[in-house]
Amino acid sequence: MLNAAPRDPAALPRLVLTVLALALLWPGLRLSELDLGVLVQGDNARSMARFVSAFWPPEHGSEFLALLGRATLETLAIATAGMSLALLIAFPAALLASRALSLSALPRGGRPAWWARLLRWPVRGLLIVLRSVPEIVWALLFVRAVGLGPTAGVLAIAITYSGMLGKVYAEIFESVDARPSRALLVAGSSRLAAFAYGILPNAAAEMLSYTVYRWECAIRASVVMGFVGAGGLGQQIDLSLRMFAGGEVASMLLTFLALVLLADQLSRFLRARLT
Amino acid sequence: MNLRLSGVGLTHADGQPALHDIDLDIARGERVALIGPSGAGKTSLLRLLATSLKPSAGRLELLDAEPWSLSAAARQKLRAHIGLIHQSPPLPPRQRVVTAVLAGRLGQWSLGKSLLSLLHPVDSAGAEAALARLDLGDKLFQRCDQLSGGQLQRVGIARVLYQAPDLILADEPVSAMDPVLAGHTLGVLNREAEARGITLLASLHAVDLALAHFPRIVGIRDGRVVFDHPAHEVGQAELDALYANEQLQASVPASAPPAPVTLHIPRC
Repeated sequence: MLNAAPRDPAALPRLVLTVLALALLWPGLRLSELDLGVLVQGDNARSMARFVSAFWPPEHGSEFLALLGRATLETLAIATAGMSLALLIAFPAALLASRALSLSALPRGGRPAWWARLLRWPVRGLLIVLRSVPEIVWALLFVRAVGLGPTAGVLAIAITYSGMLGKVYAEIFESVDARPSRALLVAGSSRLAAFAYGILPNAAAEMLSYTVYRWECAIRASVVMGFVGAGGLGQQIDLSLRMFAGGEVASMLLTFLALVLLADQLSRFLRARLT
Repeated sequence: MNLRLSGVGLTHADGQPALHDIDLDIARGERVALIGPSGAGKTSLLRLLATSLKPSAGRLELLDAEPWSLSAAARQKLRAHIGLIHQSPPLPPRQRVVTAVLAGRLGQWSLGKSLLSLLHPVDSAGAEAALARLDLGDKLFQRCDQLSGGQLQRVGIARVLYQAPDLILADEPVSAMDPVLAGHTLGVLNREAEARGITLLASLHAVDLALAHFPRIVGIRDGRVVFDHPAHEVGQAELDALYANEQLQASVPASAPPAPVTLHIPRC
């Protein structure tokens, strides 16, 4: 006699979540009025082609290249300084927000006591506030406060990215194997030491790759913020676009490509060192 | 009294009962083996004693303190004096052996020293000495993921030796080792406990190893203490009763009796 196959207790939640995800996606498509047909209608394709054809050949005069080099360095500096400031906020906030280092969770199967969960909410809330306002809005604000120039871009990146980095770090800490850090906590170690010896070795590669990816995003963001006067390549592109100097725009887009390639290689190199 | 349980019961967070009404007195310097069938509650009992689980009933005293009536900070201090050897040591795969062993003293070191040691091992000689006792001195600077299961178990033991706790709890400490190495390793643990006059409590699935190395044997089955004798008084009939398995021995294939209550024992 064959027994009926045992019911998988995970089956129903999985089904419900899948249906829910589909149900949420469909109205999303309708609301965003996505219609690819517009791209090839009437004059649209031709006017795009005219715009793009002005990009060739890329501008490469020595005077322009010097200007481009300066703007690129400025962009890199904005992104790097912004990320450094963001890390200063994100790292402690992630440690506070993460449940991975909870002492009260030890005898409770990884679930912190109710008051410990409650205390994590203000930190999570802070991270949400930091990242919910787009960096471009912060940049507009700071341009008014500190004037045109890179400082506004640095501050805008620091604020928005600390929220993103903090959230993702906290989740990485919770997603790696918790047994090493729990074993250390049960052996009397302090929480920061348990983090450094139990969680960091497992989380380092993922944190690094996310951080470098965010740095790459910060480069792009600093370009966008250049359009509102926060310095760097973006400001140059804005000027070139206004003067219809397609070749200059093309040179600068090629520079972006090189920068992203650089970030990608850096990430690969660092990950290879760590794994 | 070094370790006292009176009427201790444990129900896991998911509602599964694991231990019932355990009474156990172990004096300082005693060396005790915990035996019993799989799922009997050996690991739960050891985790309870390591203060990694909280008893749901009864009183638990460890090293002259009641861990669960202490403040969190005092409990962390007490925990630094308890060394738990895990069956599969929870070591980050990319961590170096030297770091994994030195981590045994995190409870005693200041945060500054701990972080400094992460950059450059502050006591690689001490770690090497602990490893050398288990014949692993040459693996000091290897990464944990380059070791076999038995070698990892010995790294876990070396960490606790380096921790130098007042109470050593060992959960199947030699389950991945060959018989000769298992005997040697249990010898090292017993000599350490004897030399420092500390308590050693180890769960073992190999009854012969338990009888050969430990003066006192505690048998556990279905979350209860079945017997608690000096090793030379443990009889064959008692062992047979301890490990009797109606499920496997019953040769009635078709209409099997209803499944027994299976205990959920998480391995840590």
